[in-house]
Amino acid sequence: MSAPPTAVLAQDALAQSIQGTIDVPPIQYAALSPIIIVFGVALAAVLIDAFASARTRRLLQPPLAAVGFAVAFVAVVLLHGRRQILAAGAVAIDSPTLFLEGAILLFAFLAVLLVAERRLDSSGGAIVASAAVTPGSPGATAARTSAAVQTEVYALMAFSVAGMLLFVSANTLLVMFVALEILSLPLYLLAGLARRRRLLSQEAAMKYFLLGAFSSAFFIYGLAFLYGYAGSVDLGRIADAAGTATANDTYLYLGMALLGIGLFFKIGAVPFHSWTPDVYQGSPTPITAFMAAGTKVAAFGALLRVFYVAFGGLRWDWRPTVWTIAIMTMVVGAVLALTQRDIKRMLAYSAIAHAGFLLTGLAAANSDGLRGSLFYLVAYGFTTIAAFGLITMVRTADGEASDLSQWQGLGRRSPVLAGIFAFLLLALAGIPLTSGFTGKFAVFQAAVAGNATPLVVVALVTSAIAAFFYVRVIVLMFFQEPVMDGPIVVTRPTLTYAAVGIGAIMTLLLGVAPQPLLDLAGTAATSGFVR
Amino acid sequence: MNSFPWLTTLLVIPVVAAVVVLAVPRRFATLAKQITLVVTLVEFGLALLATIAYEPSRAGFQFAQKYSWIRQFGVSYSVGADGISLVLILLATLLVPVVVLASWDEVTGPAPAAAARAARAADPGGAAAGPAAGVVSRRSVPAFFALLLVLEAGMVGVFAATDVFLFYVFFEAMLIPMYFLIGSYGAVKEQAQRSYAAVKFLLYSLFGGLLMLAAVIGLYVVSADQLGTGTFDFATLRQLDITPGVQKLLFLGFFIAFAIKAPLFPFHTWLPDAGAQSPTGGAILLVGVLDKVGTFGLIRYCIPLFPKASSYFAPMVLALAVIGIFYGALLAIGQRDMKRLVAYTSLAHFGFIAMGTFALTSQGGTGAVLYMVNHGLSTGLLFLVVGFLVARRGSRDVSAYGGMARVTPVLAGVFLIAGLSSLALPGLNSFVSEFLVLVGTFTRYRALAIVATCGIVLAAVYILYLYQRTMTGPLVGEQARGVLDLSLREKIVVAPVVVLIIALGVYPKPLINIIRPTVTATFEDAGHTDPAPTIPVNASQAGGHS
Repeated sequence: MSAPPTAVLAQDALAQSIQGTIDVPPIQYAALSPIIIVFGVALAAVLIDAFASARTRRLLQPPLAAVGFAVAFVAVVLLHGRRQILAAGAVAIDSPTLFLEGAILLFAFLAVLLVAERRLDSSGGAIVASAAVTPGSPGATAARTSAAVQTEVYALMAFSVAGMLLFVSANTLLVMFVALEILSLPLYLLAGLARRRRLLSQEAAMKYFLLGAFSSAFFIYGLAFLYGYAGSVDLGRIADAAGTATANDTYLYLGMALLGIGLFFKIGAVPFHSWTPDVYQGSPTPITAFMAAGTKVAAFGALLRVFYVAFGGLRWDWRPTVWTIAIMTMVVGAVLALTQRDIKRMLAYSAIAHAGFLLTGLAAANSDGLRGSLFYLVAYGFTTIAAFGLITMVRTADGEASDLSQWQGLGRRSPVLAGIFAFLLLALAGIPLTSGFTGKFAVFQAAVAGNATPLVVVALVTSAIAAFFYVRVIVLMFFQEPVMDGPIVVTRPTLTYAAVGIGAIMTLLLGVAPQPLLDLAGTAATSGFVR
Repeated sequence: MNSFPWLTTLLVIPVVAAVVVLAVPRRFATLAKQITLVVTLVEFGLALLATIAYEPSRAGFQFAQKYSWIRQFGVSYSVGADGISLVLILLATLLVPVVVLASWDEVTGPAPAAAARAARAADPGGAAAGPAAGVVSRRSVPAFFALLLVLEAGMVGVFAATDVFLFYVFFEAMLIPMYFLIGSYGAVKEQAQRSYAAVKFLLYSLFGGLLMLAAVIGLYVVSADQLGTGTFDFATLRQLDITPGVQKLLFLGFFIAFAIKAPLFPFHTWLPDAGAQSPTGGAILLVGVLDKVGTFGLIRYCIPLFPKASSYFAPMVLALAVIGIFYGALLAIGQRDMKRLVAYTSLAHFGFIAMGTFALTSQGGTGAVLYMVNHGLSTGLLFLVVGFLVARRGSRDVSAYGGMARVTPVLAGVFLIAGLSSLALPGLNSFVSEFLVLVGTFTRYRALAIVATCGIVLAAVYILYLYQRTMTGPLVGEQARGVLDLSLREKIVVAPVVVLIIALGVYPKPLINIIRPTVTATFEDAGHTDPAPTIPVNASQAGGHS
């Protein structure tokens, strides 16, 4: 890893080496504090895992992660208004970045609550006791009922969150790539940690890893082209080079396309979405919630920065492509969700459709679009964490009742729980007075203002299609008689209640009184990304 | 009086009451019913007081209130009443207590205790299976009435909103309680059809709503272009000068949403299903009030906001309206399911309302608004009577009935009044409005008015044919002998509606006085003056034809 400093400072270093001295670049530690705190938590978690007893680990790790994320969130709040480029051009801090970092930390905090829940499974939570045991071997049954937990999950999550924070604040493509790997590698492992349905979980991890590796390769290939084109990996310099039109534009477009593939993969846009349903289904549900909310924010944040900063001057070139991808993403996500029988797969396809709706905000290519996207990300994150958290509570004797038919008549047996889930589904469908509607309105309004009206019409038609499969679940829960050996709703899992409750309340609040968050997103969008 | 926040009060009371009712434990179901009844009666009383406080001669919105809601989008919580919205609010608040009383005994499944006993008796050893079996077919009574109250708030809100965004929010949010009313409390035995009807209703309306959302956003962007900052304020949007091309697109977005909601001819297929599967109360509110949101939207939003497009599309809308009049009537004649039949008659009536609206004359418009109220009363009464019949015999099939007038003379009499009102017999309420609509249309489109008049004949056919088959002739079915006539509660339910049907037929002037200035102002602002020579509409004369 000696490459990054050389490349980042390629020109400066060259100039300096001629003079024979290399200045140590000043690092503003305070401005980097959220990232440093989370890295610190991650390292501490590794040490605890290495030296503490199993029982201490189980007691210590969840609060450490939760408190760490909370402290980092406070640091983000304290940094508000900062707008500068740090660490010799490697990292940028500005209002949109801080907004995204705050969102990531909030979602990570809620996800920790879900992961730490131990009352749901008879033995001890959704995370496997020992990931290395071969499924089907004699030890596997013992591992499933064991009270032990692979507590590395917290360290992995913390690393992943640190990667996400760095990903949204990276000012050069190389740092962005490093951050992409820091955030992805732990996620690949996390996907394989489900306590039940081990094979499915391992398959998910494997698929995610292989496809993720491919997408990383695309990303770095694009990076290479852009470096060749601009002579720098700095986002601002790439924008400058693209503005001068002296170099060979082929490299620019190739680089942009390949880089785009890497980023579109992470947000799950069609045609780079095929991993999403398998990974969402196979991962432990709390981790799915974490991925659906956190990874989406991080990947979208990086995408927004790359397209607004580095390729901001080329919007007339990339807009048609983004239009096409947005339309494909919405349509494929909504149509394939119609045919799903598994609730987690259905929500996965719904996540794809929502990525499409978010892309309409990018296609708007204006400040309102940025505001809408930022708001949408937060709104969607809360709703989706609450929805997945709720899924963890509906169980049969062998784990979560993930098949849709098992949800039949749930509204008659647990009206409150089913009512909350119905509310979350309506929010995902974008019914007024929920955050989903406000978010959709924000991005669609920006897209119409940005002359993307046809895209909005497609988005609205897709919303109608999407409404069908959300409503279908409501029909199942409320309008049909319960099956005799239906799932049991686990009562009193306090931490899950807290996470679901916070998510649902925020979904309502952001629908009824979205003003404060819109203000925040609006300020962030107007000040824009720093260059 | 006018500084009192009438509309906000009318909005808040049902929402608060809904929360209270929902909190009532299931075993005190009667308490939930009583609370709901009292609240809805109070609500109606307040609406009546607001109507008295309303000054018809003053232009613009009254009882107006405006607070910023989402500043970034230029959205405000902004309510106000004009003649059109006020009478519809009055209609809605009148029908809700009627519905509450009519649904008094309809919701309950087997009583919880009895069900649990039955479950224990059937399976003495299975303690685990017992509770689940007892839960199966029980329907929560408090939840039903809470949904009704939420729906009432939605109905008041949708008519009272003077901010297009707020209107859209109510327009969509109102679907959810109705959806649950159909899906959870609809026809007991037909679970599959019930869900199908509920989902069809929701998806049709959502689809229309989303098209309207596109137009709402478009309107916002146009206002942002012209005014610098975007707004959803209805009064401000009216002042915009939108190019004809854009007007046509935006008009279509709104129009299709309202045409689905109303529903007009090619967008109507959800109505018979939803009407047939709803519980009686749901059907009354669905056809009586919710569908009026569509026709209300046409006259409140389509015509003032897009005057040029309204003129451009008027022939198309009128054609659809006339097709609807005949198509609805013909299908009604052919129906065997009584609830579907009533739903199809509504399709014909909505044709008249749309025709009166898009004739773009003040008589036609006044007639159309009055028609909305009258149709709410007459169709509401028809659904009530059909609901009573179905509750007694358990079948919606016309052929299962016959000669019911012998055993249930009062019910038959009410049925006849409702039917005669529906076919616009002079002396009953609908005649006045139908006459005004036809006169208003005649002054501009003679041929069309003449054709539409023939539709009235078909109305007589479907109503009288229905009455003849169900009420007269020999008694069909042995068990029909023991059928009871209307109970005291049911008589109380129908009494106010019957009284109003007759009263408004004889003396519609108070309502017309409220409606007419608003309609005239709406059309004049949009540049549609009545064709010369105008026929002065004197309300009392129009009523005097009876």
